[in-house]
Amino acid sequence: MNPLPDGLILVAKRGCPTCTLVEPLAAALASGGPLTVYVQDDPAYASGIAGVIDDRALEHSYRLDIEVVPTLIRVANGREVERTYGWHRDDWRRISGLPDLGTDLPALRPGCGSKTLDPGVAEELALRYGKVRFASREVTLGDEEDAIEACHQRGWTDGLPVVPPTRERVLRMLAGTTRKPDEVLGMAPPDLAPCTIEKVAINAVMAGCKPEYLPIVLAAVEAALVDEFGMHGVLCTTMFAGPVVIVNGPAAKAVGMNSGVNALGQGNRANATIGRALQLVIRNVGGGRPGEVDRATLGNPGKYSFCFAEAEDSEWDTLAVQRGFDAGASTVTLFAGEGVQGIVDQKSRTPESLAKSFALCLRAVDHPKLAMAGDAVLVVSPEHCRVFIEAGWSKARLLDELTALLTFDADDMLAGVGGIAEGLPATLAGNKVPKFRPGGLLIVRAGGSAGLFSAVIAGWAASGPTGSTPVTREIAT
Amino acid sequence: MTQQTILLDPTAERAPSARPRLARPERLDGLTVGLLDISKARGNVFLDRLDERLSDLGIAVKRYKKPTFTRVAPTLLKQQIAGECQVVVEGLAD
Repeated sequence: MNPLPDGLILVAKRGCPTCTLVEPLAAALASGGPLTVYVQDDPAYASGIAGVIDDRALEHSYRLDIEVVPTLIRVANGREVERTYGWHRDDWRRISGLPDLGTDLPALRPGCGSKTLDPGVAEELALRYGKVRFASREVTLGDEEDAIEACHQRGWTDGLPVVPPTRERVLRMLAGTTRKPDEVLGMAPPDLAPCTIEKVAINAVMAGCKPEYLPIVLAAVEAALVDEFGMHGVLCTTMFAGPVVIVNGPAAKAVGMNSGVNALGQGNRANATIGRALQLVIRNVGGGRPGEVDRATLGNPGKYSFCFAEAEDSEWDTLAVQRGFDAGASTVTLFAGEGVQGIVDQKSRTPESLAKSFALCLRAVDHPKLAMAGDAVLVVSPEHCRVFIEAGWSKARLLDELTALLTFDADDMLAGVGGIAEGLPATLAGNKVPKFRPGGLLIVRAGGSAGLFSAVIAGWAASGPTGSTPVTREIAT
Repeated sequence: MTQQTILLDPTAERAPSARPRLARPERLDGLTVGLLDISKARGNVFLDRLDERLSDLGIAVKRYKKPTFTRVAPTLLKQQIAGECQVVVEGLAD
């Protein structure tokens, strides 16, 4: 950039009443030395003054970092010495060196916002004049191409339309985090491609996220790239699983995530797009596409997006606390899950009865004759939860009771027993077996306030160290 | 004219940004060749000759015609061609 013009610089816009108020002062300012006037909207502003420059392109205003008009700046030897904004008579007199400036004007008038900060303009200017450089390749569309169709044709979508990732939108998305765009979160499977914050931001734009969702998306992607989660296996398995995103803490509330009515369903932007962004990262950065490395026999509709928040209740520990985080922490827990299986129990009024109902339904995960295969998330609705809370059962107590109820005689579950070939190996005969491996049953509270229904989200049958282990990550800024 | 749209590549950029054309088949044996007459004058003369040459080689040929060269082909016609042929020759003439 060229050095600043020595003397005074006035930045103004006609649409600002304070700028109009000080317009007659331009002649006096010019009489005291060199004056440059940058006008953001009307080149006729301060007409008759030699140094008026049309700045409707806003380049000078952007480079001068103007937030408020009018702004008066004194420059000496090409460097800014002092500035003031709005009309403050004493400041203007000091900066201009004109002791009688604006005698007939009021002492003080606030200014207006600079046009450089109009909605959507800041990003455009940053791209046009600033130092913003994306590492990602730019894809220039043909004149006749529709941007949404172009994204489909390039194979970037999950089948639903995506928001075209323009540079302006990606720049706005990146403002949602304090982290640097070139930070590598990990290697995205299956191609093990470096996954940068910038690439996540591009995919978050496409998923429809708002910038304030980005920290949650980043935590979800980080969790997915942790080795224990086994994202490669979750993706390539012929089984049903996909990543289920469960969010805890103030971050979920701040962005308006749904933990209540229809929490596992459609209709909430944050729920829908955060889960989708993770899937798009795996598809686009990782290269994991159905029919290629994704070999799911059937898949499940949650592979578009499966993301919800826990309906936290002071009487029950949150999932975050159960997984070792502080009560006030905001976290993302990633679980390799299948679909939703409802538990309908409208008659149990005691925790003992309801726990038995839950256990009976949880036994069906994978197959009633299999054990320690898939993990599960038990989603307890508020009405069911109340039965436990009123009886003094904590979430931990429910987990203990379920663990006991879900310990079976292997003899009843061996292959061939009951005329069913599926089942446990004969080597387990005579043993007691837990349905779920230790740590393999997660309990979350969610749902609307009416309905004596809870739900099981069954996990991938290869849960545990050999396949996928749930991973929790704290949400950073 | 709309302003040129520039998107940022969401992928790991392991493929060229310019999309390659579909690979051409090395041989036509066993394939069905569609000949699409776009209804422009004398395009049919060219396609008739192609039809003869391909048929002489024992290659299956199917003929199609757009109602008018001034508009894109109707969706049903495009779907029919895609379902019945592996290769299409479009005849443009004047």
